[in-house]
Amino acid sequence: MIEKDKIGVRDKKEQRRIMWLQVKQNKECYLMLLPFMLLFFVFTIIPVVLSLPMGFTDFNMVQFPKFIGLSNFTTLFLSDKVFISSIRVTLVFAIFTGPISYILCFVLAWLINELHPRLKTIFTLIFYAPSMANVYTVWQLIFSGDSYGYLNSMLINLGIITSPIQWLTDSTYILGVVIVVQMWISLGAGFLALRAGFQNIDRSQYEAGAIEGIKNRWQELIYITIPSMGPQLMFAAVMQIVSSFTADIVGRNLVGFPSTDYAAHTIMTHAYDYGWVRYEMGYASAICMVLFVAMYVANKLISTALNKYLD
Amino acid sequence: MIDTRKMKESNKQAGTKVGSTTGIFIFLLILGLFMALPIYLAVVMSIKPVQELFIFPPKLYTLNPTLDNFKDMFKVAGDLWVPFSRYVFNSVFITVTVTVCHCFVSAMAAFILAKCRFPGNKILNSIIVVSLLYQSNVIYIMQYIVMAQLGMIDTYWALILPSIATPMGLFLMRQSMTQVPDAMIEAAKVDGANMFTICWKIVMPNQKPALMTLIIFAFQNAWNIAGGGLVYDESLKTLPTVVQQAAAAGLARAGVAMASAVFMLIPPILIFVIAQKNVIETMAHSGIKD
Repeated sequence: MIEKDKIGVRDKKEQRRIMWLQVKQNKECYLMLLPFMLLFFVFTIIPVVLSLPMGFTDFNMVQFPKFIGLSNFTTLFLSDKVFISSIRVTLVFAIFTGPISYILCFVLAWLINELHPRLKTIFTLIFYAPSMANVYTVWQLIFSGDSYGYLNSMLINLGIITSPIQWLTDSTYILGVVIVVQMWISLGAGFLALRAGFQNIDRSQYEAGAIEGIKNRWQELIYITIPSMGPQLMFAAVMQIVSSFTADIVGRNLVGFPSTDYAAHTIMTHAYDYGWVRYEMGYASAICMVLFVAMYVANKLISTALNKYLD
Repeated sequence: MIDTRKMKESNKQAGTKVGSTTGIFIFLLILGLFMALPIYLAVVMSIKPVQELFIFPPKLYTLNPTLDNFKDMFKVAGDLWVPFSRYVFNSVFITVTVTVCHCFVSAMAAFILAKCRFPGNKILNSIIVVSLLYQSNVIYIMQYIVMAQLGMIDTYWALILPSIATPMGLFLMRQSMTQVPDAMIEAAKVDGANMFTICWKIVMPNQKPALMTLIIFAFQNAWNIAGGGLVYDESLKTLPTVVQQAAAAGLARAGVAMASAVFMLIPPILIFVIAQKNVIETMAHSGIKD
């Protein structure tokens, strides 16, 4: 026993010595990391770490946070009906704007890549522009509930409907409308990263592939393109997870806050409600923590699946 | 370098087999028209005269284009205490500083995280992803507290420093740099180059698509920094804040709101087009090679 312990201690010392040597050897690396990491530590890590315990407190932004254990979480799951309905809304949202939009990002990035260089820029701009624009007012006019709304007026003229539909206030349509607009702006960071990834692929790989018997675009995609785009696919996946799970702004801008029957009330909207409207920051923080756990699990699942597929 | 003629030929060959390029073009065109429609409407509405905004049935075009909405926007913005040019200066200054610093700092860190084996690498990489996933409105409060402690509130620093080290840009660059062949770096090391030189002279020139994407993201993000709650001094405020005020205060709000949205969209689109063109032109002839 004693012998073993001694060896253990020596091993640990030895390990530490080797690690210190490695650290010294990589001085340059740490130096190059420093500018980013310093700012990142001060403005992201410290705030995140400070915010973590807030979920277990009662914090109204005026008094010092008071520790209340798990009470926020029990309230959330046992008596907050709006939260339970917001889970459902978030899931529906995430399914549409997550996987569907992810596939759309990839397919569009691929199709654009097959075009003439000048057309590439134009089409990339057309599909990416919505995520840069801040034009909720236009969507409000398109879906406006009176006959002045573009969609209503079009449908009335075509004789499909006789009286205007309340797109933005009728709870049967709200979620659908918000999903459409969210999908419209969802070709964002992930899409652009995939476009860059396609641009990066070594052309000679395709020539080599052609010699080895790859016949068409489809086979090129499966055997050459996708396997060499792993990192970009991973980046796009993370981006889509974040944007689909935390969707909130579109809903609040388009169908109002709170929306009729909480039809577009996502978990993030709920956190906004408690955080910035009621100033119950402890509770809002607990909501965000639940969402974070869900996103973390989704990310783990997707990255495992992607790695398996790519290997 | 690859012979471009050969490349074109191989493209042509592939094209004839499944789905012609024309087919792809038509498909993208139809989808693109749908995607572009709301932005087209925003542009049309921003140049529509007020009395045309509420006629029935609503029209998809205007016969009397006017710049009144833009004039209104500038007028409301110009009626504030500080001249409009001050806001333009603030926005341009902050955007340029943040974009340049963000790209420099993130690209360098990304290279190290992707291509250097050192104690702590794995942990740092997972911290980056986790910090992307962790979104909470409490973070903003804590950020405010940190900045207040550092005495940064009501200074340019509050708008600039936090935006320089955001995890998204780093993650993008890191992902892309993992594709750089190790042999390339080893060869440079043998030649006696240090990591800094390898990063900027050898790896970065091959990372143009990712770098241009990074620039687009950084510019877009920095251009939209509003700084609500962080700066109170009117002379430190940026365009987004003012333009929002103008959109909310105007008489024909829809028109002015559209004018401000269109106005704010122009610079990011310009940067986007310049960056994309740059990528496509340089990368048409070469890719990363082992």
